[in-house]
Amino acid sequence: MADRTSLAVRDLAVEFRSEQGVVRALDGVSFDLHAGRTLGVVGESGCGKSVTARSILRIVDRPGRITAGRMILDPGTPREVDLAQLDPESKEMRGVRGGRVGLIFQEPMTALSVHYTVGNQIMEAVLQHADISKAEAQNRAIELLREVGIPRPETRISAYPFELSGGLRQRVGIAMALAGDPEIVIADEPTTALDVTTQAQILSLLRRLQEEKNIALMLITHDMGVIAEMADEVAVMYLGRVVEFAPVEEVFSEPRHPYTRALLRAVPSILATPRQRLSTIGGAVPHPGARPSGCPFHPRCSEQLGALCTEQSPRPVPPGRSGAACFKVDQSEAVTA
Amino acid sequence: MVIYLLRRLGLALITCVFISIFTFVIIRLPPGDFVDAYIANLAASGSSVSAEQAEAMRREYGLDRPVVVQYGIWMGRVLKGDFGVSMVWRRPVTEVIGDRLWLTMAVSVSALFLTWMIALPIGIYSAMRQYSIGDYIFTTLGFIGLAIPNFLLALILMYLGFRYLGLNVGGLFSAEYAQAPWSLARVWDLTKHLPLPAAVLAMAGTAQLIRIMRANLLDELRKPYVVTARAKGLTEMRAVLKYPVRAALNPFASSLAYLFPYLVSGSIIVSLVLGLPTVGPLLLQALVAQDMFLAGAIVLLLGVMTVIGTLISDMLLMWIDPRIRLEGR
Amino acid sequence: MSIAIDTATPPSAPLDEKAAAAEARYAQATQLQLTWWRFRKHKLALVSLVVIVLFYAVAIFADFLATTDPHATDARRSFIPPQGIHFFDENGFNPHVYGLRGVRNPRTFQLAYSPDPSRKLPVRMFVRGYTYNLLGIFETNIHLFGVEGARAGESMFLLGTDQLGRDLYSRILVATRISLFIGLAGVVLSLFLGVLLGGVSGLYGGWVDLVIQRIIEVLRSVPTIPLWMGLAAALPRTWNVIQVYFAITIIISLIGWTDLARVVRGRFLALREEDFVVAAELSGASQGRIIFRHMLPSFTSHIIAATSLALPAMIISETSLSFLGLGLRPPAVSWGILLQDAQNIQVLSGAPWLLVPAIPVTMVILAFNFLGDGLRDAADPYG
Repeated sequence: MADRTSLAVRDLAVEFRSEQGVVRALDGVSFDLHAGRTLGVVGESGCGKSVTARSILRIVDRPGRITAGRMILDPGTPREVDLAQLDPESKEMRGVRGGRVGLIFQEPMTALSVHYTVGNQIMEAVLQHADISKAEAQNRAIELLREVGIPRPETRISAYPFELSGGLRQRVGIAMALAGDPEIVIADEPTTALDVTTQAQILSLLRRLQEEKNIALMLITHDMGVIAEMADEVAVMYLGRVVEFAPVEEVFSEPRHPYTRALLRAVPSILATPRQRLSTIGGAVPHPGARPSGCPFHPRCSEQLGALCTEQSPRPVPPGRSGAACFKVDQSEAVTA
Repeated sequence: MVIYLLRRLGLALITCVFISIFTFVIIRLPPGDFVDAYIANLAASGSSVSAEQAEAMRREYGLDRPVVVQYGIWMGRVLKGDFGVSMVWRRPVTEVIGDRLWLTMAVSVSALFLTWMIALPIGIYSAMRQYSIGDYIFTTLGFIGLAIPNFLLALILMYLGFRYLGLNVGGLFSAEYAQAPWSLARVWDLTKHLPLPAAVLAMAGTAQLIRIMRANLLDELRKPYVVTARAKGLTEMRAVLKYPVRAALNPFASSLAYLFPYLVSGSIIVSLVLGLPTVGPLLLQALVAQDMFLAGAIVLLLGVMTVIGTLISDMLLMWIDPRIRLEGR
Repeated sequence: MSIAIDTATPPSAPLDEKAAAAEARYAQATQLQLTWWRFRKHKLALVSLVVIVLFYAVAIFADFLATTDPHATDARRSFIPPQGIHFFDENGFNPHVYGLRGVRNPRTFQLAYSPDPSRKLPVRMFVRGYTYNLLGIFETNIHLFGVEGARAGESMFLLGTDQLGRDLYSRILVATRISLFIGLAGVVLSLFLGVLLGGVSGLYGGWVDLVIQRIIEVLRSVPTIPLWMGLAAALPRTWNVIQVYFAITIIISLIGWTDLARVVRGRFLALREEDFVVAAELSGASQGRIIFRHMLPSFTSHIIAATSLALPAMIISETSLSFLGLGLRPPAVSWGILLQDAQNIQVLSGAPWLLVPAIPVTMVILAFNFLGDGLRDAADPYG
C-alpha cells in the first residue's frame, strides 16, 4: 500500500439520541482511503454504510452526532485536518464538502432539484469552490458534463433533471460531485437505482475518472458483484461495525467472517445448478437500538461458539490489515501462530 | 403547457356558469317573482302599478316563460353589462355598486400580499428551527390567529381604538375623501387606511399558511436533494433557501386558489364591522331588503372576480414549477 | 398497513422482556388503539379534548348552571355591568351579590336599576329559580347556584345584562347549546356527504371521480360567505326557529363536505393499492366486506381528525351568519346572536361586557384545532 493515505477514519462512533433511547449507528469504525484506490463498503441495509459517508461530510441529520473517533483528512501533510473536530457549519468544513470530498448519491432523481436546470446546479457547485466568473463556471460545467460522457453538453446544460433519463441523471450527479475537483469521492450506492446496463456504464465511468484524476474512491454498496468489479479493498459492515477488512481477492477466495461467507452465499451464481435455491441469511438485521449482547452477529450466526459469542464482544479489525472481528477467526489464528 | 392552461380556463368557465346559476337561484328564491316584490316595494312607498304595467314587466323579463329561458334572458342581459335595477335605490345596479367592487378587491388583494409577506419568512423560520422557542411562539400565535374569527378581531380592534384612542379605526377613507372623486391624494388616503383591514383579514390565512409552509418545508428538508446541496458545501441558509424553500413554494402558490375566495368571503363580514365602503355592507342591505337584483349582481361579480384570482394563481404556479411549464416540451 | 413497526424510527431501549412484550402489544394493536396511544402523547390535544368535553357538558346542563332566565327581559335593568360575588361580609363567609335599586335618570326621568350595596342577596348552592327541562325529560327549577330571596326583576348578573335586561352569563350558557350542536349536526351531514361522495369518487375512479373532483374544485373556488348569505337571506321569514335551525345546518354543512370528501377519496385511492386489500380481493371477499371490514377501519382515525378540524369552521360559519343577522333569529340564542348586540360601537363602548361571548367562541375553536391537529398527527404520523 504505497499509495498516499487520503483519509484515515479511527474508532468513529455516531449516536442518535431520542426520547426512546440512544441508538449507536456507528460503533468504532476504522478504515483508510488511499489515492487512486477504491474501498468497497458492503453490508445489509441499516448497517451504517450511509451514516459513515455522511459523518465524513459532517451532514448527519439531527439528532445524530459524532460521539467519538477521528477522521483525519490528508494525514501527514500540511493540509491535515480532523473532520470530527470541525464545526459542521464552519467555512473550512464547507470547503471540504464538495471541495476536498465529493459525494455521489443513490437516487439520481431525488438527489437533484427539479426546480433548477442541470447547469444551474453544477455551476453552483463549481462557483462554491473556485473564484471564477459565471461564464467560466458555465464552461467548466459543460466540460464536466462532457467528461462524464453526456452527449451534447452545451444543450443539456439548460435541461431540467426530469427531462433526462436515469443514467444521464446519475452522470450529472457524478459531474456535480467532481465540480470542486475533490481528491476523495464517496459514492453511496451509485448504481442501485439503475438498470443493469446503465449500472455497468456508470461503474466503468467511475473507474475511468478515478484513474484519470487519481481519486480515492469510497464505494458503498450492498451488491457483491459491484464490489468484485470495482474494489481494491473491502470493508464488510454489520450493525455499525467493520466486521471484516481485506483485499478484494481475499474476501472472495477466503472470507474470514461468517457474515461475509453468508453474504457471498446469498449472491446468485452463474455456476449454480438449475433451480438451486438461493441461500439467504437467516433472521433479519436487528435494530441498531436493540443491539444483541456479545458479538452483534451471534443470533444469526451458523457457526457461533456459545457463551463466548453471546457474552463477549470480539476485537475490532485493526485498520490497514486484513482481518475479521470474530472469535472463531481469533482461535484459528492462534492455532496457526 | 397549453393543455394545462386550457384545462384551467375550462374549469374557470364552468365555475362561472355554476356561480351564475347559483345567483339566478338566489334571485328567484324569495316567494313570488321579483315583479311582485317590486310592486310591493312601490306600494310601500305609496305609488302603485297597474295590472297591465305588471304584465308588461313580466313579459319584458320573460317571467311567463320556462325557467331555463328566464335564465337565458337574464344571462344575456348580464353579459351585456345590464344587471337590472336595484329596487331599494331605484337606480341601475351597476351604478349602485360603483367602485365598491374595486375597493373590495383592493382590500382582499392587499390582505393576500400581507399574508404571504408574513407567512413565508415565519414558516421558513419555524421549519428550520423546529421545536425551538421561536417555533413554539409562532405556532401558538398562529393557532390563536386561526381561532379568532376575523369579524371578532375587527370588533375588538374597533372597540380598543374607540375606547383608548378615541377614534374610529374603521373605514377606508378619511372624511374629506369619502365622497371625493378619484385623485392621487385620495389613492394615498386609501393606501393609508388599507393596512388595518388588510391585517385583520389576513390573520387567519396567515396562521394557516404558516402551518402549511412549515409542514411542507419540513417534508422537503428530508429530501435527498437537500443533502446534495449541503454536500456541495453551501451554507445551511443558502442550501435551504435555494432548494427546499423553492419546492415548498409550490403548495404556497396553489394556496392562493383557496385563500383568495376565503379572503373575499371574509372581507364581506369584516367590512360590515369596520364600516368599509366595499360591497359587503351593500350585499347585506340588499339581502335584508330582498333587493335581489342588487344582491345577485354582487354575488355574481364577487364569484367571477374570485375565479379570475384563482386563474392567476394557477398561472403563477405554472411559472414557478418547471414540470408544468415544460409539460409536453 | 405497514404501520406496526417502522425501522426508520429510532426504537426504544435495549432489548429486554418488557420491550418485547411492548412490541408484541404494539404489533397486535388495532389501528384505533395505535392512534389513541400516539394521541395520548400530545398533551395539548389531550387538554383540548377535556375542554371540549366540558363545553359539551355545559351545553347539556346549561339551564342547570344558569342563574337567571335567559329570555326574561326587563327594560329597567338594561346594561347592568357585571356583578362580582362578594364572598365575605362582616359576619364572615357569606357569599352575596348586591340587590338592585330603582333610580330615576335625572335627564330622561326614566326608572333604571343600579346595584345597591346596602341590599345583600345571598348566593347559595342548589337554589330554586326559573323552571326548565333537564335533558328534555325532567321539569325542574333547581339550579347549581343562584340568589335567594330576590324580588321580581332581581337576580345576579355575573357578566352583566344586555339592552333588554337579559342576563348575559345565562345567555352565554344557553347559547353554547345551539352553537356547539349546530356545528355537530352540520359536521354529521358533511361527513355523510363527504364520505359518500369521496368514497364513490375514490372507489370507482373514472368519470365519476372526474365529475366529483370538478364539483369539489368549483365549490372550493367560490367565495362562500356571499353565497351562503344569499341562501340564508332567502329563507322565508315565516319559518319558525326549528325550521331555520335545520336550514342553517344544511347551509353550513354544504361548506364543509368538500374537505372531508378529499380526505376520504385520497385514503381510498391509497388503500386500493395496499396489499391487504388486494389480498382480500383475491380471496374473494365481497366489495362491501372489503370496504367495511378492511378499508374503513384503517382510516377511521383520519376521518375523526378531519371531522374535528371541520367542526370549528362550522361553528365560525354559524356565528358569522347569525352575527350578520342572516342566521338564527331571536328568540333562539347562539354566540353569533349574542355578538350581534356588540356590533354597534357606541353600544359597545358603553357596555364592553357584550364582547364576552367572543371568549367561548375563541376557546372552542382553539380547542378543536389543537384536538384535530393532535388527532391528525396520531392518525398519520408520516403524512
